[in-house]
Amino acid sequence: MLKLAGQLAAFALFALAVGYFSASPQYNYMAADKALIKMNFSHAGQPTQACRKVTQAELDQLAPNMRKPMDCPRERVALLVEVKINGESKFKRAVPPSGIARDGAATVYEKFELAEGTYAVSVAMRDSRREQGYDYIMQKEVSIEAGQVLVIDFEAETGGFKFL
Amino acid sequence: MQAVKRIGRYAFERFESLFDTIFGVQHNPLYHLGALGWFFYWIVAVSGIYLYIFFDTGVHQAYESVEYLTYTQWYAGGIARSLHRYASDALIIVMLLHLLREFMMDRLRGPRWFSWVIGIAILWLVFACGITGYWIVWDKLAQYVAIASSEWLDSLPLFGQSIARNFLHDSTLSGRFFSLMVFIHIAVPLILLFILWVHIQRMTQADVNPPKALALSVFAALLVLSLIYPAESQGPADLSRVTSSVGLDWFYMAVYPLIDLFSGLTVWAMAGLATVLLFILPWIPRKKTSLAVVDLENCNGCSRCALDCPFSAIAMRPRSDGSPFAQEAVVLSSKCVGCGICVGACPTATPFRRHSALIAGIELSDHPVMQLRQQVMQTSEGLTGSTRILIFNCATGPDLGALRDNATAVLTLSCIGQLPPPFLDFIITRGFAEGVLLTGCREGDCHYRLGSRWSKQRIARERDPYLRERVPRERLEIFWAGVDQSSELSSRLRAFRQRLAQLDPVRAKGRPPDPTEAAAENA
Repeated sequence: MLKLAGQLAAFALFALAVGYFSASPQYNYMAADKALIKMNFSHAGQPTQACRKVTQAELDQLAPNMRKPMDCPRERVALLVEVKINGESKFKRAVPPSGIARDGAATVYEKFELAEGTYAVSVAMRDSRREQGYDYIMQKEVSIEAGQVLVIDFEAETGGFKFL
Repeated sequence: MQAVKRIGRYAFERFESLFDTIFGVQHNPLYHLGALGWFFYWIVAVSGIYLYIFFDTGVHQAYESVEYLTYTQWYAGGIARSLHRYASDALIIVMLLHLLREFMMDRLRGPRWFSWVIGIAILWLVFACGITGYWIVWDKLAQYVAIASSEWLDSLPLFGQSIARNFLHDSTLSGRFFSLMVFIHIAVPLILLFILWVHIQRMTQADVNPPKALALSVFAALLVLSLIYPAESQGPADLSRVTSSVGLDWFYMAVYPLIDLFSGLTVWAMAGLATVLLFILPWIPRKKTSLAVVDLENCNGCSRCALDCPFSAIAMRPRSDGSPFAQEAVVLSSKCVGCGICVGACPTATPFRRHSALIAGIELSDHPVMQLRQQVMQTSEGLTGSTRILIFNCATGPDLGALRDNATAVLTLSCIGQLPPPFLDFIITRGFAEGVLLTGCREGDCHYRLGSRWSKQRIARERDPYLRERVPRERLEIFWAGVDQSSELSSRLRAFRQRLAQLDPVRAKGRPPDPTEAAAENA
């Protein structure tokens, strides 16, 4: 009888542990009164150097099947991305292109936790060889409530940055 | 490392003693952790097949179909879902306990590295199965898991496109991604099944089915849990909202808070380091294993050694020496753990042999049977009194140094299964001792898997080579002692000696071989 009680207790304890830890305790990874702005996009910057016309002398030194009139280096510039919230710079980074030859798109993924409220959000990006300024800029006043997710996306074909 | 293992082993054996009392040795779950893992795998597989019939892979339909299963079809789908979840969680418990126990008991060294290393790969696969399973429900927990997992994957510089982008917004989420996840959630368990099969390849009679009563009991426990506390979703996923608080399944997701605390790459480095450390544990520190060797002149190809080897380390091959026997035993050195169970099974390992040198058909290279016979005779010479007892124990069993006295000697073997039954006959009928006590690992849990079982069966004349009937069984005592059972062993020894004292004196038959003669043979 005592053995049976022991077995029942052991199985009950096992089931209790399985049942409890399968969904408890709750994990709070962000304050409930906070909202989130996510910025995520992939974009390929311009090549680091402009294409150059190959001279006839250079072409003559190449095998016939390698003779391309233009020499276009594959490497692309890093994107310079800056996010300002209420005029304060929250993110400013040179994002390198992907790939061994550094010729792929650069990917940005960043999250900003904010309290509920209205914010002046400014997003800017330089994807060219220029030394100063930005090629794309978006400035917008947004209102966000607790628990809301606002997404900053980028599509060069549709004019640049946008909120989703 | 050895100190950690000693403490760990002692702790495990204390629990095992407790569980022996509650469940009985045969049904002690701690002796069937691997088999219970298999059992939970099959519960998950069968319940998963049922759930898949009703599951829909669309972005919105996924959640709705799971809700239908949980509530509308609670009597079948709901129970199947709960069993699917709880058996998966139970699988993690027994798998981690199995891993920890094998480590503490030092059952990962030598050729046993193979099962250990495969087992580490199984860990990763089981976690992958669990994570993808939570993902496809597409509730709030799935949303958290999807985003956290893809952000973690994105931290590796392997993917051209961001995986997390799929979960950025409803407009970026595709039903095809769910189809992919369902495919992964089915494919990975199938791969897991194959790897599980590889995991037990180097074991004879692998324990893949727990005792029926134990299996039914744990199933009943999970069923009752499923009825009382059914698994439920945590509300539909909504990518426009943050799921700031979720009820994690801590068995599978304990690593996720680390991803929030540290960078993704740091957590990958931690996971990678832990995996590498687990992988190399069988070789820390290195251990030299004494291998079994076949002596073809004395091997008649009976195959008993191959049948008794717990690690499939002996193969029977066509005879290569021209003798009239059909087969010969061949030791596969990469699988031999040096337990010597094959020596105990060899019919030529008889200490009575006098007309030729005592060499068995199969021997342990560092402990041949001739040496064992010599040890028996020399040890016996030093014993006095009318109740002399020879104790045979395993190298992995408890330390029996305290039991030695004028009337008691201890001979240590690699495994108790190494002792050929004719030795018991030899010791008692030739009067080398009044009684023999066999001990080794605790009951039901042989370090070399089958040594104590085969020994018991050989003595009970249930397994070849049988102990001859003429050996008085009242002069034999068997007590399988764990490291926490030294005092019980002492009590058993005292009781055995009292029993021996009441028996008629042994009449030694035949001429005991002269120890100096045996020494000359050795030379």
